[in-house]
Amino acid sequence: MSDYNFAYLDEQTKRMIRRALLKALAIPGYQVPFASREMPMPYGWGTGGVQVSAATLTPEDTFKVIDQGADDTTNAISIRKFFEKTANVGTSEKTEEATIIQTRHRIPETELQEGQILVYQVPIPEPLRFLEPRETETRRMHALEDYGLMHVKLYEDIARHGAIATAYAYPVMVQDRYVMDPSPIPKFDNPKMEMAAIQLFGAGREQRIYALPPYTKVVSLDFEDHPFDPSKAEHPCALCGAEDSYLDEVITDDQGTRMYVCSDTDYCESRRATGHIGTEGTQPEEVFA
Amino acid sequence: MTPLLSVKNIEKRYGARIGCTGVNFDLFPGEVMGIVGESGSGKSTLLNCLAGHLAPDQGSVTYDRTSTGPVDTVTMAEAERRMLSRTEWAFVHQNPRDGLRMGVSAGGNVGERLMAVGARHYGNIRETSTDWLGRVEIADSRIDDRPSAFSGGMQQRLQIARNLVTGPRLVFMDEPTGGLDVSVQARLLDLLRGLVREMGLSAIIVTHDLAVVRLLADRLMVMKDGNVIEQGLTDQVLDDPQAAYTQLLVSSVLQV
Amino acid sequence: MIRIENLSKSFVLHNQGSATIPVMKDAQLSVAPGECIALTGVSGAGKSTLMRMIYGNYLANAGRIMVGDVDIATAQPREIISLRRETLGYVSQFLRVVPRVATMDVVAEPLLAIGTPADQARDKACSLLQMLNIPERLWSLSPTTFSGGEQQRVNIARGFAHDYPALLLDEPTASLDAKNREVVLSLIDAAKTRGAAIIGIFHDEAARDRVCDREVDVTGFTPQRAA
Repeated sequence: MSDYNFAYLDEQTKRMIRRALLKALAIPGYQVPFASREMPMPYGWGTGGVQVSAATLTPEDTFKVIDQGADDTTNAISIRKFFEKTANVGTSEKTEEATIIQTRHRIPETELQEGQILVYQVPIPEPLRFLEPRETETRRMHALEDYGLMHVKLYEDIARHGAIATAYAYPVMVQDRYVMDPSPIPKFDNPKMEMAAIQLFGAGREQRIYALPPYTKVVSLDFEDHPFDPSKAEHPCALCGAEDSYLDEVITDDQGTRMYVCSDTDYCESRRATGHIGTEGTQPEEVFA
Repeated sequence: MTPLLSVKNIEKRYGARIGCTGVNFDLFPGEVMGIVGESGSGKSTLLNCLAGHLAPDQGSVTYDRTSTGPVDTVTMAEAERRMLSRTEWAFVHQNPRDGLRMGVSAGGNVGERLMAVGARHYGNIRETSTDWLGRVEIADSRIDDRPSAFSGGMQQRLQIARNLVTGPRLVFMDEPTGGLDVSVQARLLDLLRGLVREMGLSAIIVTHDLAVVRLLADRLMVMKDGNVIEQGLTDQVLDDPQAAYTQLLVSSVLQV
Repeated sequence: MIRIENLSKSFVLHNQGSATIPVMKDAQLSVAPGECIALTGVSGAGKSTLMRMIYGNYLANAGRIMVGDVDIATAQPREIISLRRETLGYVSQFLRVVPRVATMDVVAEPLLAIGTPADQARDKACSLLQMLNIPERLWSLSPTTFSGGEQQRVNIARGFAHDYPALLLDEPTASLDAKNREVVLSLIDAAKTRGAAIIGIFHDEAARDRVCDREVDVTGFTPQRAA
């Protein structure tokens, strides 16, 4: 371990990122610019999240990484291994055991507690970007709370599709002040953002950090007559039978047969371990339990 | 009677060059004032200073705000000025592309100002948008079409609907009929006259077209090289011009 | 109602060697409510000029033009505008309107401007057009394509739509046939009866004798040519 400083980044960089994190926590939903570093992985693979995790980790932490809810995808495994190697911290796939959870595109089904930190990987932090391409103008709009345009997008959705068609990266209003992009989590996860844990958002390529302190008010934008609807597929999980979790649709053959399974692998396994078995599920073997 | 807009000694320079200088006037509620002059006379510079798009180097622009009474819009905070410009003010650009969101449907364009001031009921927003499209003579079947599919005259009418939907008190217009066919212009002029009368609007209209100001404006200001040459009642300035430049301007108009 | 004192006016033509052309000097005139006076004098004596000065269309150089309690010579544009809307009507020889606006709406406009409900304003407009023998099929068309006589009658209808306390009439009966001339004269009589102060220019002597109480020769106000 003498080849690397603890958790890869040098202390000056960590200090810079922590300052950005503190500022972000002080102004919930505000995008703080930071000097994003080159990381040993390509942009789009979670460089923002990794830098935030690296600046946040202490040797006593237990680290968990999920990618679309799963602990076992290439991306999740390589980031987990990266910190096992450079920080020598303990890792876990159990949501309740982890103190820092880095995530791409999901919030775990198990409710997070005080003392936990959720780190999001963010591709495009600016919720107004696709409506207003000029950064100078979007900044001014945030500064002046000039958010009419945000609802124009939702209006266009309803005019064209009859309902708000945005299903992920659904914009939220933070503490009645800043409109924020929650990263591309499904809108099903939006209500969970009012949580006990700290939420940190890192966008590496775009060089922005933002944050939500515990119990921050987070409201999904909507219309009175088209209220926000955190819907999901109307099925139970085929493996664990859960009716309350966000599901992935899996095509199982060339005839288009499909099954719906929990996207949160840890949640699904824990349920099966305690005897909840869906139509296609089996109890996990003891060795994994 | 308190003027709606009181302009005192406005000056704007571009380096050593004068944009406009020494402009003074009071605009009262319900008045429509025209500003005429040739290209480069400073009329657009002045309009942008009045509407808060440009910061003047000198002078004050005092607006009689509904909630608070007279305020200097030159020194007020940007946030307040923006709030004014989406509630009590409106700005109609010469080129509708500058005043419309070309990628957003006609209904969305009209609804934006409503949503910006807090409207959150889709059905009501749509109803108001439909109503306003009707008032500017755009069929409600076009509500979900983008302005890029509209003719120039329709785009300009859409821009007017988008601006007037929140019931502003003061409208700034920069060559509102420029670039339109004469026949389309006539229809637009009639529409504007009707709206000004029905809504009790005050307006400042910049144009180089003397026929337009004769039909729309109660009062006229003539500018040249950044200075106000003459001002007064529109028909008086046009029929009995006092300044040499105005006499030249009026006598230069081709008779149809 | 209308009182003119020591009114003087000259045109300065800056682009023609700054030639100064004095057109009026020390004009005096007074019209009481219910009175109609005719301006007379040879062509070019300044009848129309005086009329236009009273309307605020031409600027006065000196003197006073009191209409009610407003001095037109020194009033702010907005005072003149509100005076023209409420108090002072003007029937000119020329019709100036936004193209493509229906005749009925052209006539109703002065009423709409003072806040008369639209249907009431239209009713009044229709009855005036009827009275002046404008065929009903033309009401929804723009008057810009009408004949000279029709335009003149539309102009008169517009001028009489609102009951102005003071009226300026520039050749109201010119280019009208006997029947319509009679209608216009009866309109003027009616206006006098309700107490309007009227100043008119009538080349038609018979008409002048019928409605006018007094004649004022503006030649008396014409400055002597400086030799």
